[in-house]
Amino acid sequence: MQAAAFWLVLFVPQLVVFLLVSSPPTWELALLVATLVVGVVHTAVEPSWRYRVHRWETTPDAVYTLSGWLNQEWRVAPVSRIQTIDTKRGPFQQLLGLATVTVTTASAAGPVEIEGLDHEVAQQLVVELTNTTQATPGDAT
Amino acid sequence: MSTPPGVPTGLPAAPELTEPVPEWHRLNVRMLLVRPLNEGIALLVPIAVLLFTGNGEPWRLGASGMTVALILAVSYFAWRTTKYRITDEKVELHTGLLTRKQLAVPRDRIRTVDLTSKPGHRIFGLSAVRIGTGQQHTEGTDGLTLDAVSSEEAARLRQLLLRKVVAPQATGEPGATVEQPSQVISQLDLKWLRFAPLSLSGLVAIGAVFGVLSNYADDLGLHPVQDLWEWVFSHPSVTFIGGAVIALAVLSLVLSVPLYVLQFWNYRLTREPNGTLHVQRGLLTTRSVTVEEQRLRGVDIQEPLLVRAGRGAKTVAVTTGLGTKGESNLLLPPAPLSVAHQVARDVLKVEDDPTTRKLRRHPFAALRRSLVRHVLPWAVITAGLAVWAPSWAWPIPAVIIPFAALVGWDNYRSLGNALDESYLVTRNNSLVRSTVALQRTGIIGWRIRRSFFQRRSGLMTIGATTAAGAGVYHVTDVGEADGLALADAAVPGLLRPFLVETSTVEGQAERNV
Repeated sequence: MQAAAFWLVLFVPQLVVFLLVSSPPTWELALLVATLVVGVVHTAVEPSWRYRVHRWETTPDAVYTLSGWLNQEWRVAPVSRIQTIDTKRGPFQQLLGLATVTVTTASAAGPVEIEGLDHEVAQQLVVELTNTTQATPGDAT
Repeated sequence: MSTPPGVPTGLPAAPELTEPVPEWHRLNVRMLLVRPLNEGIALLVPIAVLLFTGNGEPWRLGASGMTVALILAVSYFAWRTTKYRITDEKVELHTGLLTRKQLAVPRDRIRTVDLTSKPGHRIFGLSAVRIGTGQQHTEGTDGLTLDAVSSEEAARLRQLLLRKVVAPQATGEPGATVEQPSQVISQLDLKWLRFAPLSLSGLVAIGAVFGVLSNYADDLGLHPVQDLWEWVFSHPSVTFIGGAVIALAVLSLVLSVPLYVLQFWNYRLTREPNGTLHVQRGLLTTRSVTVEEQRLRGVDIQEPLLVRAGRGAKTVAVTTGLGTKGESNLLLPPAPLSVAHQVARDVLKVEDDPTTRKLRRHPFAALRRSLVRHVLPWAVITAGLAVWAPSWAWPIPAVIIPFAALVGWDNYRSLGNALDESYLVTRNNSLVRSTVALQRTGIIGWRIRRSFFQRRSGLMTIGATTAAGAGVYHVTDVGEADGLALADAAVPGLLRPFLVETSTVEGQAERNV
């Protein structure tokens, strides 16, 4: 393995706002408390769990990601089959200086997403992938 | 040659083009009649209702007349504004009145040509031509469709559009290739009709007809479904419900045979000399699908539960450029299993159908998972109903549980995978058991998924992504070590660096390698 491997994964916490109108019945209060507890635990556990799980790597031949927490998924796409490379930055990601790189192949089911990259690393990655992809002949289907 | 529209008139006249640009064609004029006919049929009942329910008030006549006029106007403008041409490099289509759409497809990207004639088209000798490229169609986009041209023109287009693609190979004998007769791989055998009742298509048809009828009834202010439910609830009777179920079953059996005939009459699968496969079928609505052979990535032998019980199967192509809409990727209608295998063999040009390979069983833990997944939802429903619903409700899902367990068990028995020199074979599902043989060269990536429970029992689901067919084909609940070995062997080199790498750095993730 002579290829440079980057190790950097961050995950943007999925902040979910739980808003419920407070009205008398006790079951509604119970529900509110329950959602609050689950929400807090979820926000506390899920991002760090994901952060521990998420991995990505590119070689001259392939792009590889591991993502998820309860359900984990590896995705591998060979560079020779790459169709497009997109970068996307949501508002939270812009705030934190992050970006998501999506690598699409000819398969409708095969996009490889690398979430929460440092923006600069993402840009570098896109350039690198674009170069290697362009150097590879064929129509990638 | 006139100046093309859009060129500013102020400029000095451009030199005449030396090469004649292929002229624009319009869709067939007869389409002016066909489109109102096809669309008008659907509106016939509402119009009739509108006309005859009242006492012939003028507004009813007016509204009906307006509707008819509107349909005619729409179809006229659709015809007026649509034109297409075929140049050496591409096929272009301009269409639309309010929203102008211009489509262009490079000819060397054309993978499939699909000709469809509805009854309305048939009467006037027309066909709709759909041109498929390598791109996978998402909902709503329908590729490039010429609806419609005359049948002769459609046949000519089919020849023309797909010949170009294989021209480099056929240069040795120019012209001569066209003369070769096409080779018949399979055609309809009336004995296959025995699979019709097993395919549940009758039930689907009843559902569709019922849906349409109740829609009209709603328009008329009747609510037969609701009334029926209320009546059944107020007079619960085992004989009535049993009778209804039996009547439904008989009706669906009776309907399924004509349906099979309607869909698959004249079915013929042929290999054309220009390197394409050609499927034609249909009694009233005829389909004629041409697939470029080079783009075929494999076959899928599908065995719906009842058809499987009758030792039958259908064969579906795994190829790029065909939507799943209207079963355009169908190679063989429900037929005996041996025929399905024979078709697969001939289509793939192999000695031995890869889907008949001996499949490796999946680990025992997969059985447990399969059972849990099938039984648990019904168990939860039963428990839920037992607590919150009237006492007669909970036995209904409870009765289903043993069947669910059987399906789960059968699902496990279906699971399997195999690998040979050129194909990855995987089998899934119970209700529609599907055995897919996918060319190893057609695999363009992996999706390896392990849910929380799969990790605990050492299983994984491996998805081979491909540009063809469904986009991804799964090897479900395979053992971790076996699965990774399979994926590594199927596409040598792709997974390897990561396996080595991760086993040293990550350790925990892929401990079995």
